Amino acid sequence: MFSLFLEQLLNSLQSGLMLFLMASGLTLVFGVMGLINLAHGSLYMVGAFACAAVAAWTGSFWLGLVASLMAAALAGVLVEMLIIRRLYNRDHLDQVLATFALILVFSEGTRWLFGSFPLFLSVPDILTGTVVLPGALEYPIFRLAIIIAGLLVAVGLFLLIGKTRLGVRIRAGEADRGMIAALGVNIDRLYTVVFALGAALAGLAGAFVGTTQSVQVGMGEPVLILAFVVIVIGGIGSIKGALVGSLLVGFTDTMGRFLLPHAFATFLDPSSATAIGSALASMLIYIVMALVLFLRPSGLFGTEA
Amino acid sequence: MPDAILSLSNITKQFGSLLASDDVTLDLRPGEIHALIGPNGAGKSTLIKQIAGEIQSDSGNIHFDGQLINEFDAVARSRMGLARTFQVSSLMPEFSVLQNVMLARQSVSGKVFRFFRPVLGDKSLVEPAMAQLERVGLADRAQMRAADISHGERRQLEMAVALALEPKAFLLDEPMAGMGPEGSKRLTGFLDGLRAQAPILLVEHDMDAVFALADRISVLVYGRIIATGTVDEIRGNEDVKRAYLGEEA
Amino acid sequence: MTMNRETLINSILAIALVAVPLIAMGMDEPFIITLATKVAIFAMAGVGLNLVLGFGGLVSFGHAAFFGIGGYAAGILASHALNYEPIMESPFLIEGTTQMIVIWIVALVVSALVALAIGAITLRTSGVYFIMITLAFAQMIYYFAISWPAYGGEDGLSIYVRNGFPGLNTLDPISFFALCAVMLGIVMLFSAVLIRSRFGLALQGARQNAQRMTAVGIAPFRIRLVAFVISAMITALAGALYADLNRFVSPTMLSWHMSGEIMIFVILGGVGRLFGPLAGAALYIILEHLLGGVWEFWQLPLGVLLLIVVLFARGGSVGVLAGERKHA
Repeated sequence: MFSLFLEQLLNSLQSGLMLFLMASGLTLVFGVMGLINLAHGSLYMVGAFACAAVAAWTGSFWLGLVASLMAAALAGVLVEMLIIRRLYNRDHLDQVLATFALILVFSEGTRWLFGSFPLFLSVPDILTGTVVLPGALEYPIFRLAIIIAGLLVAVGLFLLIGKTRLGVRIRAGEADRGMIAALGVNIDRLYTVVFALGAALAGLAGAFVGTTQSVQVGMGEPVLILAFVVIVIGGIGSIKGALVGSLLVGFTDTMGRFLLPHAFATFLDPSSATAIGSALASMLIYIVMALVLFLRPSGLFGTEA
Repeated sequence: MPDAILSLSNITKQFGSLLASDDVTLDLRPGEIHALIGPNGAGKSTLIKQIAGEIQSDSGNIHFDGQLINEFDAVARSRMGLARTFQVSSLMPEFSVLQNVMLARQSVSGKVFRFFRPVLGDKSLVEPAMAQLERVGLADRAQMRAADISHGERRQLEMAVALALEPKAFLLDEPMAGMGPEGSKRLTGFLDGLRAQAPILLVEHDMDAVFALADRISVLVYGRIIATGTVDEIRGNEDVKRAYLGEEA
Repeated sequence: MTMNRETLINSILAIALVAVPLIAMGMDEPFIITLATKVAIFAMAGVGLNLVLGFGGLVSFGHAAFFGIGGYAAGILASHALNYEPIMESPFLIEGTTQMIVIWIVALVVSALVALAIGAITLRTSGVYFIMITLAFAQMIYYFAISWPAYGGEDGLSIYVRNGFPGLNTLDPISFFALCAVMLGIVMLFSAVLIRSRFGLALQGARQNAQRMTAVGIAPFRIRLVAFVISAMITALAGALYADLNRFVSPTMLSWHMSGEIMIFVILGGVGRLFGPLAGAALYIILEHLLGGVWEFWQLPLGVLLLIVVLFARGGSVGVLAGERKHA
């Protein structure tokens, strides 16, 4: 039982960290530019497809990984300069619609290029296989690698925001957009950089998760919605909130799906327990979100009034 | 001494290390114009917001029309008869001038959740609204979009909306803001006659208007009321002169 | 003259909606009648959303939840009736039904209750939070529908025989179209009356300046909640009709893509314009039919068109054709 528990715990951690990669980019873009971006899930998808395509073409997962970062960042830069830039001063409705339109363009464009069947990314040889953990749990090395990579990225992001000049500009931009322009910071470039950074993070997450699951059109959307829930829980504009929210959502979702059917099985028949348990598990995150909002309408670490 | 319609006792509000309102006590009596003046940053807007119900005081009491209103939110206080105008005109830009005032009448009438009668044809709203527009001199602008009228006209509309609420007291936040000398003179004359309808707590920087209109003046400096008195008393007050050193007094 | 131009466009749209299926009937093209019915139903869903989105200024990205509730009301009630299985036996008997009117009432009541619950929570937030939370709640209902096995889960639920309406052969395409068109007309009339009423004035006021609303003594929250509930009910009614049109209901009706599509109808036609949803739905269906027949990936140019509309043609098609409005 312990090994099963540990496995689910590690899966939760992985899920939470991947979600953090998505949510951090999303919350940065919202915090610095005041823009809600529905196409973030598409950037996740672009990263996954780039990785799969390049990995298949060159035979190297690592090249694929580099490709995913570059492709997602490039897509981010293009989209920002062509379209997103015109939306900063628009109201949220326009931003929602325009980025929703972008989803259509990205999804159908990808389907056109790659077809509707999922692609598969294979785990690089170095990272295949399992490692034995306490409780005689055999856990895939690749998943551990993702967890470590996710943690490294999280640390890196905190360092970037907290200790670098770019980070200072980002934090200043979140606090007072007009002021940093008046202080001579090149706003256009800052915004493009922030957007590209978010895109790269999303693309990276897409590549990682695409390897453990599959790469297909529309893979980014469920993740995007979870990222929204994370940001709502954590508070818009807060990276710390994104981390806390991601871990909370990751754990709630994974452990919920694991524990709830078991819990119901203690007093219900197996088929009802599975049915009710899974149904409740899939709704659990949203219930948690509703609760957090009820108590703290701006999220746990929200800066927005 | 007639009972004050609005009274603040020991109002305190702190934002972190900033003491925005420091044990403020003042009252507004029927028939009077009570001006609230003070240098920039004195805490006038914070005080207005606390009176209007937009922010909660940390301590102290606010009484209005004989009731303790600490727990009442801004909507409730407005319904009780406290009408406030904003320093920066706060109107519905897409509505016509008339529609802006009609909305206020609608609130006063208490009948907001009516779904079937067309509002623009409703004489019980249109006529009183037009009457208020005539009072402020905007009747010929009635059908224009609020976004399309001039700045001065928008201040007049702001006033008309407050009038339409038929309040028991007015809370006017720098009504002269951005007005030229002609407009200020007209508004001063208008406010002079208004005090008979309901007392006015007037926040203003325009000292000519303040000295012309005020029955009493309270001076707010760094969140504290340093003096309250008649125009002459305040004019002669040493503390006030010191507080305004370098500013017109 | 601008008001008259809009009225002219509205009249053209209304006439076209009625004329096209009649012509199609004459030419024995039942498929076109089905398309026209789809337009009417989508327009109705859009009218519902437009109430909160266009007039209320609330970007609800979860209206598919109500569309789907209406659809499932039709599906669940019909399936229980056709299987002769009551929905509940104790503490009191609730049986299924294949009567549309009853189904509509159920759809309206259930959606109103759900909207009241969701609205009470979401309307306390604003801006981006509101968008994300309405989306999240709709997703919650979507995932619930997928995982609840009793009504088909992911595969959906079929309605073998289209539900009945007194005096009509609902299986006849033109009769069903007429029913949907009449319902659309009623809903649009109701929407128009609502917007011109005191409530409508307050709703549009709350959209433009919530601070001023508070200052005149009207609580924006209450106004918005009532609008949200009414809009949900209208969209749910459309959902029930949609389920009957397709004789099928599935979680897709609850998906956020559906929420996005309903938004597209409203935007393409013109936010806050009475006939906007009809114009938008018609445009969408025509594009889907014409472009979709030619190119499988027709949603790509749709996306581009939508981008152009959002970036450059803010008033939607009705706005572009009719010009600026005088005042609200």
